[in-house]
Amino acid sequence: MMRIVSYLVLLLMTGVMFITTSGLPELYNAKSAPATHVSPHYIENSKEETGSPNFVTAVLADYRGYDTLGETTVIFTAGIATVLLLRTSKGKEEKDSKKACLEEGKE
Amino acid sequence: MNKRFGTIVLDTSFRFIIPFIMVYSVYVLIHGEDSPGGGFQAGALFGIVFVLSRLVQGEDCALKISGTKAIMLAGVGTAIYGFVGVLTLIFGGNFLQYGALPLNMHEPERHAMGILGIEIGVTLCVMATIIAIFDALTRREEM
Repeated sequence: MMRIVSYLVLLLMTGVMFITTSGLPELYNAKSAPATHVSPHYIENSKEETGSPNFVTAVLADYRGYDTLGETTVIFTAGIATVLLLRTSKGKEEKDSKKACLEEGKE
Repeated sequence: MNKRFGTIVLDTSFRFIIPFIMVYSVYVLIHGEDSPGGGFQAGALFGIVFVLSRLVQGEDCALKISGTKAIMLAGVGTAIYGFVGVLTLIFGGNFLQYGALPLNMHEPERHAMGILGIEIGVTLCVMATIIAIFDALTRREEM
């Protein structure tokens, strides 16, 4: 029963993925929505507004400074999560099994 | 992973390559403001230095940061980023408005220094996270 449910959920998620992908803007089209909204503004005005010679940096550090702070926090969180999941559990299990082995040996 | 598996060829070429990777990483970090590159890339390169050292030289490698220290360092990196933002707030600008930094320089230079500050934070965070994840993955075999 659970297997059927999980297959159904998988099918649903795949369908949602395909539907949302078809809604994405066309690549390499200068008249698509994202290419006409803020991108021209960044390309034309980033030098005067931020003083940065490179507008990738201007977007990364100035216009989207909060976003980059969030990205850094996400990386840090991912690191902490990995360390917490992998380190403590494995260490404890192995220590416990070692202890159990020792105790069995004594008895 | 924990025993050294380097032959003399691998060991010697490792010693030649490492300084170049380090210098390249610092170059990518410092030139991040006006050329491709920046904190994330520099952090990945510097993390690779430590991972390679551990892979080639084994447990008693020359360049070593333990997992606990690494995760602390990642926190410090994130804190540096936030601290630069708070610093600009204290000196009367908006959050992350680098022009407000109290440095005796022209506006574009202050801006560049602010970006360098946040990118150093990003570099530390990425580098330390790579080291911490690698350490957590290879730790199992130690016991």
